[in-house]
Amino acid sequence: MYVAVKGGERAIRNAHAWLAEERRGDPAVTELSVAQIREQLALAVNRVMAEGSLHDPDLAALAIKQARGDLIEAIFLIRAYRTTLPRFGVSAPIRTAAMACDRRISATFKDLPGGQVLGPTFDYTHRLVDFKLAAEGDAPRAPTGAADPGDVPHVMDFLNREGLIEEARPDDTPPPDLTREPLELPASRALRLQALARADEGFTLGLAYSTQRGYARNHPFVGELRIGAVAVEMEIPELGFAIEIGEITVTECETVNQFTGSKTEPPQFTRGYGLVFGQTERKAISMALVDRALRWEELGEDNVGAPAQDAEFVLYHADNIQATGFLEHIKLPHYVDFQSELELVRKLRRTAGADGMQEAAQ
Amino acid sequence: MTDDTYNFAYLDEQTKRMIRRAILKGLAIPGYQVPFASREMPMPYGWGTGGVQVSAAVMTPEDRFKVIDQGADDTTNAVSIRSFFQRTAGVATTTTTAEATVIQTRHRIPEAPLTEGQILVYQVPIPEPLRFLEPRESETRKMHSLEEYGLMHVKLYEDISRHGHIATSYAYPVKVEGRYVMDPSPIPKFDNPKLSDCPAIQLFGAGREQRIYALPPYTRVVSLDFEDHPFEPSKADHPCGLCGAEDSYLDEVIVDDAGGRIFVCSDTDHCEGRQAAGHRGKDAA
Repeated sequence: MYVAVKGGERAIRNAHAWLAEERRGDPAVTELSVAQIREQLALAVNRVMAEGSLHDPDLAALAIKQARGDLIEAIFLIRAYRTTLPRFGVSAPIRTAAMACDRRISATFKDLPGGQVLGPTFDYTHRLVDFKLAAEGDAPRAPTGAADPGDVPHVMDFLNREGLIEEARPDDTPPPDLTREPLELPASRALRLQALARADEGFTLGLAYSTQRGYARNHPFVGELRIGAVAVEMEIPELGFAIEIGEITVTECETVNQFTGSKTEPPQFTRGYGLVFGQTERKAISMALVDRALRWEELGEDNVGAPAQDAEFVLYHADNIQATGFLEHIKLPHYVDFQSELELVRKLRRTAGADGMQEAAQ
Repeated sequence: MTDDTYNFAYLDEQTKRMIRRAILKGLAIPGYQVPFASREMPMPYGWGTGGVQVSAAVMTPEDRFKVIDQGADDTTNAVSIRSFFQRTAGVATTTTTAEATVIQTRHRIPEAPLTEGQILVYQVPIPEPLRFLEPRESETRKMHSLEEYGLMHVKLYEDISRHGHIATSYAYPVKVEGRYVMDPSPIPKFDNPKLSDCPAIQLFGAGREQRIYALPPYTRVVSLDFEDHPFEPSKADHPCGLCGAEDSYLDEVIVDDAGGRIFVCSDTDHCEGRQAAGHRGKDAA
């Protein structure tokens, strides 16, 4: 006697209740506040904002709390929220030359106007576990100095004056919007950069690393890496001019890449570009390397068949929300298809078995 | 109970309009994959986001909605999608195929014949029937526009020469009105004949891959085959253990530690309906 299983609804309800309990953990331990996450796990918040494509530190912190620290899950929450938001308009391009830099370094020059500013970086820390942090202590204080107001010129502009680096021609074409139009190939550089800006950090890092190890090597130098706050301006039709509507922190990386020339282009330095929300420099540098690798066609380089040169491969697989959803969907029931495969394998085995016996008889 | 912080059926009207345009284009060119700007939905890609967006775009407050996964109304993901629309659209739901106006499905076509006025929405993971023969979208789109389907026939032929049979048991490719080769979504090939000449509208949504395609009512849909190796729908060679049906698609259920198994209808509504009408199989309680 057999009674079909029922109760999916109750199982789901109970699973969610259990999840909520596990999320909170031991109630004897103080609950994390959203502000604590925003302030003390700021780099996680930055990653969620960048790959979630929504600049809102409080919301990102809340998503991290809800996702139990699973950042891809938090990014998913942000994406699903952002897609429901009404769109009022488009901001003017941000001016990173006017950035209030927390960090600004160039690997291509020893010193330069505006100076090298290390900023709050893990670079040069010794990666020794700091057991003092396990005990709660006073808030550390760093020495302060006067900020240098005024624009910080881009390093690339200095090279450009000599004509040694490819011209980045201004382009007023409105960039396509990946979140409102389906991805179509071939993708323009603007569209590729848009996809890379929200691409999975690990995937982008892996691709960038592969170019360094020889899969479409492009000899990158970090021409400049800068992190800081920039004003966001938007033109209001009623006013007829742009006004500042807020401030965001971004990381910008420009690479200078050696280039010995091709059939169509003279020997010169070429560029890779990365721009990401928040302090996210691993991602920004990776993005610049992958951007440069994807530009092989316009620079007349050879396609050596490397994954990082393949726009379709990169763009179709860089989004972690798409990837994780499809990967994890194999957890869903597939027993109908499995059943048809069972029937097929049984049939094929019957045929093969019969053939085998025939051969043995001959 | 509706959640009034979101628009009716979750998506905003602009998005629905964009999706409806894609659906209309799909209906106008049966079997052609229309790119659309798929949105991030509050459920993961691969879990029916394409189907959910299509359902949201065609749903009206008067609709009666049914969701099946593997043919069953009570599988976890079917439950989850049904409750999503109960919450965001407040529509009536049903498990009875004949009463439903919109049916969202994953991996099955209901056994009960569909009727005019019904819409069947398929969740599609990989809309491109040529994908596993050619991984590049830029190439496969070209192949469709040139009607260059030789590769697919070669694949089916190689199956026959190697195994004596076509070794595709689900997501079996079809040709629509003699033009586009189409992936019918991963339904078992047993269901393929139901695609053709169907009085209902059939819509296919692939969220992650950003494609919608459609079969208008009474479209001719032919499963690919060869004259000497005609297409044959297949199922487990048993009657249903619960309702005794001889002609429905069956799940194989393992019922004891010794590997004893019985076969029951995958379409739970069909099976329950038959049992209510007094049909009994050999394993029925």
